[in-house]
Amino acid sequence: MTDTTATGRNQVDAFAIFARFAPLIFLVVLMAVFWALNPRFVLPLNLFNIMLQVSIYGLLAIGMTFVILTAGIDLSIGSLLAMSGLVAAAVSKGGLSNRFTVGEGADAMSNPWYLAALAAIGVGVVAGFLQGTAITRLKVPPFVVTLGGMSVFRGAALLFADGGPISGFDRDFVWWGQARIGGQVPVPVIIFLVFAVLAHIVLRYTRYGRQVYAVGGNPEAARLSGLNVRAVTTSVYVIMGFFCGLGAFVLSARLNSAEAIAGMGYELTVIASVVIGGTSLFGGSGTIFGTVVGTILIGVLLNGLQLNNVSSYVQQIIIGLIIVLAVAFDTFAKSRRRTG
Amino acid sequence: MNEPLLRMAGISKSFPGVQALSDVTLAVAPGEIHALLGENGAGKSTLLKILAGAQPPDEGTITFAGEAVTFESPHAAQLKGIVTIYQEFTLAPNMTICENVFIGREPGSRLFVNWRRMAEETRALTRRLGLDADPMTMVRELSVAEQQLVEIARALSMKSRLIVMDEPTSALSQAEVEKLFRIVRDLRAEGISIIFVTHRLEEVIEICDGYTVLRDGRFVATGRVADTDVDGIIRMMVGREVNALFHHREDVTAGEVALAVEGISRRGSSKDPSATVLADVSFAVRRGEILGIAGLVGAGRTEVARAIFGADPFDSGRIVIEGQPVRITSPQAAIRHGIGLVPEDRKQQALFLSLAIRMNLSMASLDRLSRWGLFVSEARENALVEEYRKALSIRMAGPEQIVANLSGGNQQKVVLARWLALQPKVLIVDEPTRGIDIGAKVDVHNLLFEMARSGIAVIAISSELPEVLAVSDRIVTMREGRVTGEIARNDATEEKLMAMMTLARAA
Repeated sequence: MTDTTATGRNQVDAFAIFARFAPLIFLVVLMAVFWALNPRFVLPLNLFNIMLQVSIYGLLAIGMTFVILTAGIDLSIGSLLAMSGLVAAAVSKGGLSNRFTVGEGADAMSNPWYLAALAAIGVGVVAGFLQGTAITRLKVPPFVVTLGGMSVFRGAALLFADGGPISGFDRDFVWWGQARIGGQVPVPVIIFLVFAVLAHIVLRYTRYGRQVYAVGGNPEAARLSGLNVRAVTTSVYVIMGFFCGLGAFVLSARLNSAEAIAGMGYELTVIASVVIGGTSLFGGSGTIFGTVVGTILIGVLLNGLQLNNVSSYVQQIIIGLIIVLAVAFDTFAKSRRRTG
Repeated sequence: MNEPLLRMAGISKSFPGVQALSDVTLAVAPGEIHALLGENGAGKSTLLKILAGAQPPDEGTITFAGEAVTFESPHAAQLKGIVTIYQEFTLAPNMTICENVFIGREPGSRLFVNWRRMAEETRALTRRLGLDADPMTMVRELSVAEQQLVEIARALSMKSRLIVMDEPTSALSQAEVEKLFRIVRDLRAEGISIIFVTHRLEEVIEICDGYTVLRDGRFVATGRVADTDVDGIIRMMVGREVNALFHHREDVTAGEVALAVEGISRRGSSKDPSATVLADVSFAVRRGEILGIAGLVGAGRTEVARAIFGADPFDSGRIVIEGQPVRITSPQAAIRHGIGLVPEDRKQQALFLSLAIRMNLSMASLDRLSRWGLFVSEARENALVEEYRKALSIRMAGPEQIVANLSGGNQQKVVLARWLALQPKVLIVDEPTRGIDIGAKVDVHNLLFEMARSGIAVIAISSELPEVLAVSDRIVTMREGRVTGEIARNDATEEKLMAMMTLARAA
C-alpha cells in the first residue's frame, strides 16, 4: 500500500516557497523601485519616518492578526482608537473642562501619563470584550457586530468630546509619541516592534496561540478537542481592543492631541496590512512576521507614492486594489495546494 | 464488448512533485455499470476530474461516443453528456428541487423562468427515480439520500449518457443503498452508462458489470466482475494478500463497567423541534471491551455519542463513569472525565486541515505538553508524534507536514492518536473507517483491538455491518432514537442485526 499523497518528502514546490516569501520579496522590489525613482527614499531619516508612520497601523495590525486568525474581522478599530484617545487625553488633562489649556500651566493639573495609558487601554479592552461577547453569545457575525461598533464608538467619541479636539499634554505623555532614542529611533517604532515580538511568541509558542489557530482553522473540531471556543473567540477581540487603546495612547502622544475624527479609515489599511502579510481571511493560517512585513510594505508604498507626488486619492484606490489582489492570491495559493 | 462509449487512453497527469497518473486506460461500454477501483491516492479522483473537464490531462486521449473530445470545462463535458455526481453534493440548499435540477438551464424565455414547465419536468424526472416530493420543496429539507436523487435527476435532465458517481453510498443507510441500486439498474436498462466509485467492494460485486483497478497512478487491470470476487479485487488493489478484512479478535473477559448510560432522552433537533432524537437510551460498556452500536443513518447512534461527550445537550437521564454519576455539559468536561470522541466526519469535525500534523495530534493534550501550563513544548510534541507514528504506522513526511496532504487513512490515524495521547478511559469512535482504503481499515481495526487490550472501554459506531461484526465484542442496535436490542458478537449475524435495526420495537 503506497499512497502518492503522503510522499511529500522529496517535494520541492517552488510555488509554495514563493507564496511564503512573496510579501518580503515584494517589499524588497518595491523599495528598490522607489530608491531608483528617488535616492532620498533610502536615507535613514526617511526610513525611520516610514517606520514611525506605520507604527500605529502596526500596533493595530498585530491585534487584527489575532482576530483574522480566528476567521473574524474588526471594522470598529478606527472608531475605538478615537474614543480611547479622547479618554486618554481627558484623563491626562484631569478632565474635560481644561481641554484647551496648553503650555506651562497645563502640566500642573494633569494626571501622570500611565493613568492616561491605562485609561485608553481599559476603554479598548472593555469595548473589545463587549464586541467579543456579542459575537459569541448573541451569535451575530463579527462583520455585523463591529460594523455596529464602528458607528457606536464614533458616535460615543463625538459625544464625549462634543466634537472638538483635546490638545496639549504634559511632556512625559508626549515623550511616548515624539521622543527618539539616540536621536534616531522613534519611541513608537520601538513600542511596535516590542509588541510584535511579544505577539509572535504568544502565537508561536504558547497554548493560547495554538488555540487561536485551532479555533480559526476549524471551530467545530476545536470544540470537540476540548477547547473553549467561546472564550478564545472573545479573547481575540479583547486583544484587538488592547491594541486600539495602546495605539490611541501613542497616537495622541505623537500628535499631542486627540480628536473624535481620528482613525477614520484605519480599518482598511490595517486589514490590508494583515492580509498582504499572508494571513488568511478564512482563518487558521498567518504569522505576526507576515503582518509586520505587510505593515511596512503598505507604509513604504504610501511613503513612496507621497515622495513621488501621487495624490492621496490615488493612494486610497491602490490600497483597495491591494486588498482584493492579496486575497485573490491567497485563494489561488489554496486551490493549488488542494489539487497539488 | 462492442464499441465502448468512453475510452480514455494513455492518460498522464502530474502535479508539482507528484506523478498522479501515468498511462492510464479506462473503457466503459454503453449501458454498463463500471467500477473504478483503487485505494485512496491511487489516482481515481484525478482521472475523474479529467473526465469531468475539471482538469486537463498532460497526455492522453479521450474518445466519447466515437469522437475524440477535449473538455476545457465541466460545462463542456456536461454538454457532451458526461455528468459527475461528487461525494459532496453541489446543490444549493436554499433553492427548490426544480431550481436545482435546472440550474443554469431554466426553461422559459430569455428573461423569465417558466416555473410551471420547470416543475412539471422536474416531477417527471423525480417520479422516475421514486422521489415523491413537491418540486417546490427546498433542498435543505431533504434527507441526504433524497438530495442524491435530486443530483441524479439533474444529471438525467442534461440528457447524460454517462453518469459518474463518486462514493454514492458512503452516506446512505442499507435501505437507501438498495433503492439507489434499483435506480442505477433502471438507468442501465435505459442504456445509460455509469462509472461507480466505492470503497465497499461487496457493492461492486452486487451491482457492477465491469471494473478497472488503479494503483499508485497506474492502470493495473480491467475485466468483468463476474470473473472475480472481493478477494481478487482486493489483491489487485493492494498488490498483496489481505485476508484480515473480517478478522475477529480473541474472546475476552471484560472488566468493570467503565461507562453506563442511563435513560438518556432528548427531544428536538435543529430541523424539527418536536422530533424524538433519543428516547430512554441505556447501555453500559466495560473496561477492555468493544461495544458496537449499529443502526441505520438517523437511528440516533451519533446523537448518543455526542450526548455522552457533552457535544450536544440532553433533556433527561444520566451518565455514570466507574460507578459515579457525572455531569457532562461540554467536551471539556467529558475529556476531564476521561472520555474521548473520534467524530464521524474527519474533515469537518476533527482535523485542522491548515495546520501541521504535530499540532493536530497534540491538540487535546496541550495541558500535559506545556511548561508552566503556558508554553507548548515542541520537543515533547515531536516525541509524541514520533511515538504514535511508530505505534500506528502513520505514513508521513514529518511532524511539520500539513495534515491536509495526508491520505484519509493516515489522517484518521492522526485523529485516533490525538485521543490515545490523552489515555482515555472511554473512547467513542464514530465511523472510524469511513472513506479510507482497505489496508488502513485493517490497521484501524487492529488499533481498536489494541486499545481494548490496554483496558480502554471502546464504543464503536459504524454503518457497515461487516465492520460492526468484526470489531465488536457486544453489539447494541438502535432505531429511531431507541435501543432495540443487544447481542453478543458470537451470536450475531448480519441478518440478525439488520432485523434488530429495522423491525419496529424488536426487543
